[in-house]
Amino acid sequence: MASAEYLDESPIEFGQIRVVQSSSAMPSQDSMEPTFSLPIGLPLSSSHSVPLPFPMSHGTTTLAFIFQGGVLAAADTRSSCSGLVACPAAQKILPIHSHLVGTTSGTSADCALWKRILARELRLYQLRHGRRLSTGGAAKLLSHMLQPFKGTELSVGGQQCFGRERSGPSLYYVCSDGTRLKGTLFSVGSGSPYAYSVLDQGVQWGLTVQEAVSIAREAVFRATYRDAYSGNCVDLYHITSKGWTRRNREDLKEEGVHPQWRVSFSTLTVETARE
Amino acid sequence: MEYLIGIQGPDFVLVAADNVAASSIIQMKHDYDKMFKLSEKILLLCVGEAGDTVQFAEYIQKNVQLYKMRNGYELSPAAAANFTRKNLADYLRSRTPYHVNLLLAGYDEADGPGLYYMDYLSALAKAPFAAHGYGAFLTLSILDRYYRPEMHRGGERFILNLPSFNVRLIDREGIHDLEKLTLASFL
Repeated sequence: MASAEYLDESPIEFGQIRVVQSSSAMPSQDSMEPTFSLPIGLPLSSSHSVPLPFPMSHGTTTLAFIFQGGVLAAADTRSSCSGLVACPAAQKILPIHSHLVGTTSGTSADCALWKRILARELRLYQLRHGRRLSTGGAAKLLSHMLQPFKGTELSVGGQQCFGRERSGPSLYYVCSDGTRLKGTLFSVGSGSPYAYSVLDQGVQWGLTVQEAVSIAREAVFRATYRDAYSGNCVDLYHITSKGWTRRNREDLKEEGVHPQWRVSFSTLTVETARE
Repeated sequence: MEYLIGIQGPDFVLVAADNVAASSIIQMKHDYDKMFKLSEKILLLCVGEAGDTVQFAEYIQKNVQLYKMRNGYELSPAAAANFTRKNLADYLRSRTPYHVNLLLAGYDEADGPGLYYMDYLSALAKAPFAAHGYGAFLTLSILDRYYRPEMHRGGERFILNLPSFNVRLIDREGIHDLEKLTLASFL
């Protein structure tokens, strides 16, 4: 039956361009060579670089950090296309499943596609093995799936955030150049230096949820103030052991120049995730 | 710029690596470990292009462990170094060369301590001391001047402008973590 075979296939087979044929077969053991034969190596990237229609950069500000109340992820919503605002209401934080959220930076199409592929592979893993893959495992899976495309101008800079389950909140930074780092605070995109300066000042473990939200908003606001490619609204996701919750999207236009916050959390509506 | 250093003593090898993981001008992590444990007494230190380092080092690491599972005994440091070199050389003229500079340090029961220097063109050399990175320009001359083969532990000092280092020592008993050196410890 087709679905049973589908469940048995290894995730790494998907989406990869290979010159060498399937490597999952073990080399035959009947040769006179010692058993230490070289396994078939890492996947090769065989696609030649297709010239891009226009130069792309990571025109965005996304950030995420871990604190005592879980993980907070924030991003702006401006989707730019070398000088033109293609969409002022883009969504740069994409939930992958109820406890995993990924932020995107770089080419929107690439990021959206790979997030969906990752969501599919995680669901398949869950069906095959009966448990969820950890954030580190999901980050590694994404990193390995992107590895064959290294050097082909694919541009994905993402972070994965995981709420408290089993081993606590975790945050990984995965990039299409192959970097995969575990950490407690990351910011990605053209506005990230500005966001870093605000975050490095204010983020500590013991923040309350409200303080963390206000710091994240301030960081994104500062970045959008200075960076031309970030702007419009800010999205905030808060991930805890119960899952992710999305804060209402807030327009930063009214903040003005002064960094005094009119924090009015009573007006926030919170959507909770449905599994 | 990333930095690795290794020094071989009479019955130990001392290795140190800086802790920075950077992305152009931003330091993404300041406590990043660049040492990969291949076996109880072999360490691989790997710097170079962003994704290549981890991919290549983990590939070598898993294959060395696989060898132990298949054959029941571990690869010696010399064999591990040559295996690494062969893999790096095989990929060098493919479409996906790995741009990584490596130090492999290990202790063999029969041969004693060994330090192997490998660059991204897969040139392999066994050396009493070796370094990678811009810091190598400074420290190699110091080591040339002051290194003695019978140096005992505690005789090492170097000063560089990187915030902190991981330092590990390999000897007969295995791999030991020494204190993490920070700039403050030199002042």
